[in-house]
Amino acid sequence: MNKGAGAVHAEYFNLDALTLESGERLGSVTLAYETYGRLNAEKSNAVLVLHALSGDAHAAGVHEGKNNPGWWDAMIGPGRAFDTDKYFIICSNVLGGCKGSTGPASINPQTGKPYALDFPLITINDMVNAQKRLIDHLGIEKLLAVVGGSMGGMQVLSWLTRYAERLRSAIPIATAIKHTPQQIAFNEVGRQAIMADPHWNSGNYYGGPLPSKGLAVARMIGHITYMSDISMAEKFARHKKSNVEPLKFTADFEVEGYLRYRGDNFVKRFDANSYLYITKAIDNFDASGGRPLHEALEGIEAKALVIAFKSDWLYPTYQSKEIVKACKLAGIEATYCEINSTYGHDAFLLEVEEETHLISHFLKKVFYEYEVTGSYGT
Amino acid sequence: MEHEKIHLDYKMILGLVQPRSRVLDLGCGTGELLYALIKEKNCRGQGIEIDEKAIYECVAKGLTVSHGDIDTGLSEYKDKSFDYVILNQSLQQIRHVDTALQDALRVGKKVIVGFPNFAYFKSRLQIFFAGRTPVTGALPYQWYETPNLHFLSISDFISYCRLKKIRIEKGIYLNEKNRAILLPNLLAQTGIFLISERRHQ
Repeated sequence: MNKGAGAVHAEYFNLDALTLESGERLGSVTLAYETYGRLNAEKSNAVLVLHALSGDAHAAGVHEGKNNPGWWDAMIGPGRAFDTDKYFIICSNVLGGCKGSTGPASINPQTGKPYALDFPLITINDMVNAQKRLIDHLGIEKLLAVVGGSMGGMQVLSWLTRYAERLRSAIPIATAIKHTPQQIAFNEVGRQAIMADPHWNSGNYYGGPLPSKGLAVARMIGHITYMSDISMAEKFARHKKSNVEPLKFTADFEVEGYLRYRGDNFVKRFDANSYLYITKAIDNFDASGGRPLHEALEGIEAKALVIAFKSDWLYPTYQSKEIVKACKLAGIEATYCEINSTYGHDAFLLEVEEETHLISHFLKKVFYEYEVTGSYGT
Repeated sequence: MEHEKIHLDYKMILGLVQPRSRVLDLGCGTGELLYALIKEKNCRGQGIEIDEKAIYECVAKGLTVSHGDIDTGLSEYKDKSFDYVILNQSLQQIRHVDTALQDALRVGKKVIVGFPNFAYFKSRLQIFFAGRTPVTGALPYQWYETPNLHFLSISDFISYCRLKKIRIEKGIYLNEKNRAILLPNLLAQTGIFLISERRHQ
């Protein structure tokens, strides 16, 4: 039970070409992905896990010789919510990312140099289209579940509205049908911080100094929105750092030190242009495609489990309720739970016990019904 | 779940529901009734419940439940999308009873309502002789901790239905162990009603 998914490694899936929603075409796309557990003979136990803005394919376990548990390690492994003794878990880094999948930092085959801003604008649906090709490649006709929080939840909705026939259940967590102006505004401030960094240089910084300051500020804003008033008060109070130098405007409050630390750390592992492209994809996303979402969901046989968190003010619970409402109007069986967490948006990574309870029972039911009836939606 | 272990009111409600119906349980609690309806009556059911802990128990039973407040309305359901909407022991805890009942009658072809009878003789005795707010098996709370917002009797409900032109298809009255046949407003601890909208001409 405590062992987790064990030693894991990244794999790479190459697509010859991918036509984007914009009509543009990307030649030779790579997706980095990891898998945990074993695909059964019927290929009926596969769960696709979708990561959030800064996530990657490394959702669980550790890489050989490293102590780097994946971003949802507490949820994936033997006996965990996504029980690797029963299910086969797949997690891929999104298109446009910088963790092994093709993105703006990748080499443009036409120029031999990084794409930078020559990389086409991508959408959440494009990310999902690339993932679908991976699922095709793995020979999985129907996923047991697609699950993700935040941007991962948007991908879940994209799967549900566009490839419903390929999944038995959907688990969108702390997400929205589309961004509100407030959500777009926070992302825009992050983008502006990056673009205001002189090192950004219109995106052409590869091989030179990185727009670290700008990206760090973007990440700091992000972290503020991921926490809550209460979780910040509990974590930092108004404590001052003990080693503070008597200089003006040093990070003397603990919360300042934390944000700087988070910002500086992020720069080491994330590409600023990827941040621009992915946040734009999030802002542009609209699962309803302009019409009421319940119309897009009409006739779908998949089941849904929607989870939200009370203190999440970045993706307030009413946005999850809108998803539930659309599901119900469309006749989809939807279970909804609002977890009484104080962690804010971060809760989807932290409220392991509650999520494990909800998800493990839900998955068990979907999986069992499939095994009993041989099909879903009796 | 074995039939014998089910509360008497659940048993009566199970008897009111046609097999294979679509059921919505408003205030489904930990889901015992809903579970019984699915297992014993082959119903397709879902519930709404305000208590987070109860939601976890429902999910553990494999039920489809929504965490929410009945008082915010049922706009996520189309007209007549259920054969039965059940409000068992939840009516007295809803703030806007009238709105909730009208909404229940909109989304359900029939509505089953179960509530504690405030005019039960044991309650009357406590008020009359002890001068105290009654605490009985069906109304087990002290005045300072009760979740109940409304205190109604069987007669109150019947006159409400008359006033609102709601059709009472069936009334079942229960005392502690059995059905109460005589003088229900005096001798019944619980009232269960099967109601529906009166057809508009």
